[in-house]
Amino acid sequence: MTESELIDRISQREKRAIARGLTLIERDTEEGKKLVRALFPHAGHTHIVGITGAPGVGKSTLVNSLTLALRKQGLTVGILAVDPSSPFTGGAILGDRIRMQDSVMDAGVFMRSLASRGHLGGLSRATFGAVTLLDAAGFDVVLIETVGAGQSEVEIMKLAQSTMVVLAPGLGDDIQAIKAGILEIGQIFVVNKADREGADHTARAIRGMLTLALEHPEWFPPIVKTVAETGSGLDELIDALGRHRQHLRETGKLALLREQQTDHMLELALEDLVARGVKQARQAADWRSVLEKVALGDEAAVDAAWAILEKLVRGRTHGA
Amino acid sequence: MIRVLVAKPGLDGHDRGAKVIARALRDAGMEVVYTGLHQTPEQIVDAALQEDVEVLALSILSGAHPTLVPRIMELVRENHLDDMLVLLGGIIPDDDVEAMLQTGVARVFGPGTDTKDIIQFIRERVPEND
Repeated sequence: MTESELIDRISQREKRAIARGLTLIERDTEEGKKLVRALFPHAGHTHIVGITGAPGVGKSTLVNSLTLALRKQGLTVGILAVDPSSPFTGGAILGDRIRMQDSVMDAGVFMRSLASRGHLGGLSRATFGAVTLLDAAGFDVVLIETVGAGQSEVEIMKLAQSTMVVLAPGLGDDIQAIKAGILEIGQIFVVNKADREGADHTARAIRGMLTLALEHPEWFPPIVKTVAETGSGLDELIDALGRHRQHLRETGKLALLREQQTDHMLELALEDLVARGVKQARQAADWRSVLEKVALGDEAAVDAAWAILEKLVRGRTHGA
Repeated sequence: MIRVLVAKPGLDGHDRGAKVIARALRDAGMEVVYTGLHQTPEQIVDAALQEDVEVLALSILSGAHPTLVPRIMELVRENHLDDMLVLLGGIIPDDDVEAMLQTGVARVFGPGTDTKDIIQFIRERVPEND
């Protein structure tokens, strides 16, 4: 399959082509990079929605029922679900599909599991490219479920237009809600498993915290109670998502977000280059001798680092 | 990174074996998509397609393999996933193994298989891509 064929088939939302494209992006091959570059101008129409929250609050089940509800409105849905890779073996168990069986067989739905592959922040490095692909494929909504490790998942803010934070009653939410990172990233708060005792209390606690420290006074995050298993509250949730997008559009923030995404993509690419440079430098023949110089105090670490960096850049300009 | 789908087709409700395999493959550095119990052949092949896995590992304990496996392999071909390595495990009587291989399954692993053998079998056939 040539690149233009692949792009053609992706834009027709052909599952096999989308799956292949995502693999190329995830493997970070030259082909994958070219694909993202080619697809980027076609993207920018999707409502990108982030779903984050602690493990066990029901994120995957919520994604499933949200997808079913969106489909009922005739909208197509792309789903990316990120699970952690083992820092020791690099392996991963990707289990988000278990809870999404009802929704993912549909021709208007595409779901892909991604392993974090050592990337911190609740996403995987490939997530940005993957969203671009699903966006360019023409899905009306792209749902991104983060790893769910807790409080460090701020990266989703840079990618998603609307981020919802999912909580459940009885999981120590009073303290969790105060923790930095949770309140600031949520534009919509979902109290899932709302049929359980304490749901009202959890909702009140979030409201209380939000009132105390509102980051963006022009948007007070709605707090929606859902029971993902039964689909209860999903209409309200979709309504809240729609209103948030409308708010972004009216305030001009939607355009800003796209700029911010591009900004972050560039930042990631730069980080990637530096990381590769570090790896290359470590493998270079003179690494030990540089190390010794620094150890003996003959050269400052920062000067040695500059010298290495300059050498890497020269290598690149000389056709490496 | 080798991606594997571990799937449980049919109605049997025991996934201990499937979970042991999933875990062993993870510990061998592979990415394992697990989809849970009671999957139809259509669901399994659709998942394999979307996840673009290189390996599909099926676990069947119910005795329904003579109907489930040919159907799965038919869908694999219909969806042009012929490159995918398909493995079968669980309770498969010796007399049925040949018929299973005829459908396109690469290997049948019976009870008591060392997970190391499965890992090696996969590594020998699937190139590391990154």
